[in-house]
Amino acid sequence: MLEFFTGHYAYWFTVILLCVGVYGIMFKKNLIKKTIGLAILQISVVMYWVSIANKWDATVTTLDPNIPVDQVANYLNPLPHTLMLTAIVVGVATLGVAFTLLIAIYNRYGTLDEQELLEKIQ
Amino acid sequence: MIETHLPAIIALTFVAFSILIPVFGIWKEELSQPLAVLGSGIAAFFSVYGFFVFLDVGMIRYPFGGWAPPIGIEFVYDGLSAFFLLVINVVTFIALIYSKYRGRAEFPGKEMPFYSLTMLMMLGFNGILLTGDLFNLFVFLEIASLSMYSLISIGKKPASYAAFRYLIIGTAGGTLYLLGVGYLYTITGTLNIIDMSAMLPTFAENSSVVAALLLMVVGIGIKAALFPTHGWLPDSYTFTSSPSSILIAPIGTKVAAYVLFRVMLYLFGIELTDAVMPLSYLVGILACIGIVYGSVMAIAQSNMKRMLAYSSVSQIGYIIMGLSLANPFGFAGALLHVLNHAVMKACLFMISGNITHREGNSDMSRFDESYRKKYPWSMASLSVAAISMVGLPPLAGFFSKWYLALGTVENGNWLFLGVIIVSSLLNAVYFFRILERVYMNDPYEEEQTEEEQQKAVAAATYNEPPASMLSPTVILALSLFAIGFANVLIVSALMGFFPL
Repeated sequence: MLEFFTGHYAYWFTVILLCVGVYGIMFKKNLIKKTIGLAILQISVVMYWVSIANKWDATVTTLDPNIPVDQVANYLNPLPHTLMLTAIVVGVATLGVAFTLLIAIYNRYGTLDEQELLEKIQ
Repeated sequence: MIETHLPAIIALTFVAFSILIPVFGIWKEELSQPLAVLGSGIAAFFSVYGFFVFLDVGMIRYPFGGWAPPIGIEFVYDGLSAFFLLVINVVTFIALIYSKYRGRAEFPGKEMPFYSLTMLMMLGFNGILLTGDLFNLFVFLEIASLSMYSLISIGKKPASYAAFRYLIIGTAGGTLYLLGVGYLYTITGTLNIIDMSAMLPTFAENSSVVAALLLMVVGIGIKAALFPTHGWLPDSYTFTSSPSSILIAPIGTKVAAYVLFRVMLYLFGIELTDAVMPLSYLVGILACIGIVYGSVMAIAQSNMKRMLAYSSVSQIGYIIMGLSLANPFGFAGALLHVLNHAVMKACLFMISGNITHREGNSDMSRFDESYRKKYPWSMASLSVAAISMVGLPPLAGFFSKWYLALGTVENGNWLFLGVIIVSSLLNAVYFFRILERVYMNDPYEEEQTEEEQQKAVAAATYNEPPASMLSPTVILALSLFAIGFANVLIVSALMGFFPL
């Protein structure tokens, strides 16, 4: 049982981050805090992808003369990292759009509190 | 030569025009709309041509950069994607022709960014339909969604808040999908859809695969406005400008439904989807609740755009119900409904735009007999589209419901059959309500005597919007007859795309 927790501790961290992110999205009333929750949710998934590429006793993915190419097990898996670069860029773009919308909302209604906004829109 | 490069040409057209429009738009703002029409016209032409090429030669796999899949990434042009491409590109082409005057009226001076974003959104949608790689699908999904959030935020005052809500919930959905892809990658070590679907049966009972399937279905279900997560849709479609609602409403949720088709029927296959729990049946139940809920909420609305938005929630339910039936009839019915609903919804939103163009709003309580004289063509199209929505033969809407009903009978699923019938009756309630106001004496208007009404009708003169707005509306309405008569041809082609 203990092995189940200690053996997967990197995954437990991402699960905690994921829960924090979902909590922020669902229960925070301030729209900025919701956006922060969204960012944490995205980062948790990025961390999961990064952690699955990790290996013990393996080196970075540049060709080392001492380790021939056919011993691929001695190199890290570079694919998840490169994919996550794209995912991080997507996340940054999403935050950019989110903050632009928040500025527009603030200029139109003068508040970023969800309850007040819903009252003003009605 | 062109045949082999078809998948790349269709997607890259939109990339080229999303750059060309700002370049020319800075110089002359009026050029951006014709350029957008040209770009989507080229893509629509190649999608139609490509559909017939596909029927001749079969699936086209297009690897990029000379790397053979599964190591390289590829575009896959198969039956499902060819059909969806055909639908969304042709409907977008017609919608962009329409949007000239409404665009100028609703967001003057912002036409160049609007049309450039439209091209980016179409790039995202076309990429989703074409790609053969699960991670690329995520990237294209986010390109399409980000452009969609921006397009929705152009509109009335609350549009920015509606867009923000959609952004939060839509991005959370996309992130869950990415997590699901991560699970599948750890199990299979590949991201190529064709490659992975060959490997997955070995891992049918693996809990990671089951979790991945659930995460992907939930994440994409959010984007498709499947019942409990439809909350973003009505506000977004109501508060945005008419051109963006005409562009997004017919195709936005359909593309997400395509991803559900791809994941549940092609990547996993229906046996694997239902291996551990009856997931397709659960999704079907949610779709049924969405169908009834959307129809009931649509009856309660007085604004035409809002009513159409709730009706979209209901109609996407039919498509996902057809998917959950997972037999050839349900599959063909769902795909035919994708085509029908895209045409009907675009036509109805255009009519709402026509009336807004002349009256300033599309409040249904103001519809009366005089509209029959002021807007003869729009009202005729409204009746055609409405009757098709309700599902009366010989219009297109009847046939998709007919094939869905055949699919439920084949599975012996009487609950779903009942929902189709009840929902058709509810559709009749909310559409015939408008038609009654326009074509019959208005029984609710008590202040006016019949004579006064006659006078008001006589005083009304022809007041249709310009031809560039009217002709797309009428063409879409007429094509509903065409689809209705050609349904046997279309369905026999669609049945051939069913996997297995």
